[in-house]
Amino acid sequence: MDAFSTHTGIGVPLRRSNVDTDQIIPAEYLKRVTKSGFEDGLFAAWRGDETFVLNNPAYAAGSVLVAGPDFGTGSSREHAVWALMNYGFRVVISSRFADIFRGNSGKQGLLTAQCSQDDVELLWKYLENAPGASITVDLRERVITAGEIVATFEVDDYTRWRLLEGLDDISLTLRHEGDITAFEGTRPGWAATTTPA
Amino acid sequence: MAKTLAEKVWDAHVVRRGEGEPDLLYIDLHLLHEVTSPQAFDGLRLAGRPVRRPELTLATEDHNVPTTEGPITDPVSRTQVETLRRNCEEFGVTLYPMGDAEQGIVHVVGPQLGLTQPGMTIVCGDSHTSTHGAFGALAFGIGTSEVEHVLATQTLPLKPFKTMAVTVDGELPAGVSAKDVVLAVIAKIGTGGGQGYVIEYRGSAIRALSMEARMTICNMSIEAGARAGMIAPDEITFEYLRGRDHAPAGQDWDQAVESWRGLTTDADATFDAEVVMDAASLSPFVTWGTNPGQGAPLSAAVPDPEQMADDNEKAAAQRALEYMGLTAGTPLREVAVDTVFVGSCTNGRIEDLRTVAEVLKGRHVAESVRMLVVPGSARVRLQAEAEGLGEVFEAAGAQWRLPGCSMCLAMNPDKLVPTERSASTSNRNFEGRQGPGGRTHLVSPEVAAATAVRGTLSSPADLAPVEA
Repeated sequence: MDAFSTHTGIGVPLRRSNVDTDQIIPAEYLKRVTKSGFEDGLFAAWRGDETFVLNNPAYAAGSVLVAGPDFGTGSSREHAVWALMNYGFRVVISSRFADIFRGNSGKQGLLTAQCSQDDVELLWKYLENAPGASITVDLRERVITAGEIVATFEVDDYTRWRLLEGLDDISLTLRHEGDITAFEGTRPGWAATTTPA
Repeated sequence: MAKTLAEKVWDAHVVRRGEGEPDLLYIDLHLLHEVTSPQAFDGLRLAGRPVRRPELTLATEDHNVPTTEGPITDPVSRTQVETLRRNCEEFGVTLYPMGDAEQGIVHVVGPQLGLTQPGMTIVCGDSHTSTHGAFGALAFGIGTSEVEHVLATQTLPLKPFKTMAVTVDGELPAGVSAKDVVLAVIAKIGTGGGQGYVIEYRGSAIRALSMEARMTICNMSIEAGARAGMIAPDEITFEYLRGRDHAPAGQDWDQAVESWRGLTTDADATFDAEVVMDAASLSPFVTWGTNPGQGAPLSAAVPDPEQMADDNEKAAAQRALEYMGLTAGTPLREVAVDTVFVGSCTNGRIEDLRTVAEVLKGRHVAESVRMLVVPGSARVRLQAEAEGLGEVFEAAGAQWRLPGCSMCLAMNPDKLVPTERSASTSNRNFEGRQGPGGRTHLVSPEVAAATAVRGTLSSPADLAPVEA
């Protein structure tokens, strides 16, 4: 997982609330055998609509999604996070996230920045008036800036620390690799192995 | 401090315990199959990480494999299997592929190799990993991110589970099997009753069961919502393991058994919850609905939702009867089935097949019924053939297939068609589980065989004696 301190990228205004994970990526895309390549299934049902925001070339290269409340509800599928990140998103801004989605995001390095709905409305207006404009998200200071807008956001301390350090669960565990190796030294000699007999 | 069996196994595997953090638990055995592992391997590849302990990792092909001769024809299934082969090759993991003498359902293969042993921690990206708890192992299913975590670190960060004792005392009546016991337990505590718990099955009726029967019980712990089920190891466990390929031998065996004998719940230990059942009160049990908790004795009738006090339960029962095409009040023995499926990680082992063959011998599957007998592994199939069971199945008009998960979850071509009704020795009667629109009744091997002969849900006691 890459460390995250400050990110600047094109902001994408997604004026929808209750975006569930089935909308983020439909089940038919889950048969893939990789963790990559899910960008083609991202918002699949909406991509066919030419007025959908990502079909506007000004927003197509976006990396900061500004969405309505209750983003990421429904199925726990990790593919939803993979799809957003595969597409190029590093940050989702919303006034409220579903718990499981937020947890999955933290595991994969996608920042879920929670700010007030008033600030989301300001960001939507700004991005719609200036398609392709950038947003800067400073995780260290927990501040979003876009043009004249300066907004603070919430993220829990533990997730913030992990993102700043670039530590996924595996990296965190591997910090204690010495403990794992020491434990392995205490396993009995007769402990089973899968090496064919 | 007095400890339960589950707590003993947990505590013996804590690599690291930090304030306000989950425990980091060492994993002794990690089993893999083709469906939930591809993204985990892809994650390792993207991060440039190796598999930490390939010699504690084992893969088999089971979910997607056809049970008839020939290659996989579905391209998506084939891709998953081919991906597993490439990943195992690249990361140095032992794989038992289709056609190999050791191939089979992952939860049948581990125990029969002697890899599943008392006191171990065992994980797999599959909820029925609870099967291995029959040996006194702490075994549970995990998600794809966790599969990657175990591949990379051989550990998992986990918050402790609560403990539940399910005690079944007394003697099981003739014709009542482990499957009936666990279906009755699930009907009693509900599909969410075990949420957050590790269940330990105890009592004289459990102690009297063979290892294979114990596996059937632990297998379905997940259907009660529990993460794992366990049974303390005893002489039956040790006798099952002795001499198996991966079991300790010689002096190692003696040391191992000595260590395993300590794996019992201390007399003064307490459980967070306790459930008691009387073995003598149990009878052949079948499900009538669309979750494993919607079951009743075979001698009963389809229940009437109007009689149910709880509104949620009533609504669920109404929906289930509509889906199942059943009318309240119909005796379960009059429910006619189209298909009988014998197999799965629940009831696809040699004892299950012997039971089925004993009922089918000298009898014939009803005209209206197709019967599939799918061994849980290649070794089970070979053993069944050596004992002449394959001939019994075929003489009775059943289809004797190659090993795999098959119609338990219908990821391969073995499926029900819409409204087709099955009696199945598998573990889930969810809507569409055995094929879109398919209707599943979960049953024991005894009931499956008798149902195949009579064409309606039946127990062997309902059959006319075989003429000499």
